[in-house]
Amino acid sequence: MTEITPIIRVQAHDFDLQSELDALTAGRTDIGAIVSFVGLCRGEQGKLSALELEHYPGMAETEMRRIADLAIERFSLLGATAIHRYGKIEPGQNIVLVIATAPHRQAAFDGANFIMDFLKTSAPFWKKEHAVDGTAGDWIEAKGTDDTARDKWA
Amino acid sequence: MKTNLVYFAWVRERIGKPEEEIELPADVVTVRDLLSHLKGLGEEYENALQYPDVIRVAINQEHVEHSEKIAGAREIGIFPPMTGG
Repeated sequence: MTEITPIIRVQAHDFDLQSELDALTAGRTDIGAIVSFVGLCRGEQGKLSALELEHYPGMAETEMRRIADLAIERFSLLGATAIHRYGKIEPGQNIVLVIATAPHRQAAFDGANFIMDFLKTSAPFWKKEHAVDGTAGDWIEAKGTDDTARDKWA
Repeated sequence: MKTNLVYFAWVRERIGKPEEEIELPADVVTVRDLLSHLKGLGEEYENALQYPDVIRVAINQEHVEHSEKIAGAREIGIFPPMTGG
């Protein structure tokens, strides 16, 4: 059983990387490594006006917490944060933030990587493309490479 | 028994509603039975669930396999493979 509680949020508004880093490190001297990952919306060579992120309220938070707990346990992390936005997100804006802290760098790298790989394949979020010409485009298709990335942790 | 069904992404769009409460026949035992039953409810369901193998299902907000029994489910989520992150 882990006693470390990850910080999990699903929100429409943006997050601030520095405040999230501060929240994990404030008052501590045992952390030797922090790895943070920020996923952004790509413009797809000017074709995309926005991504619309839909989620399953309740289950999204529960899955993110389950994944973060697994990472804390497996890599002996000292802390973990996962924040995922929903709603319309424009190119250049943030979508997702993952932070892992640990005594040493390898656990922090692995922890953040693990959380992202599982978040992509099992947290209930879906992306829909909105084109610059105003048309609502297609739902983004799940990629087999994401499953492969997840399966390397088996 | 009435069960609350919730739909997301293109499953929601094709069925044309985000959720509904439906009465399930007694012979609908597993998730696979449920998807096959829903497919028969009309053209919009047929469009959404044409390829049941790709559809993901959660019972009471936890992922389950298609072989899972649905007895006791308060809420069943039906959606495409996830594309967050």
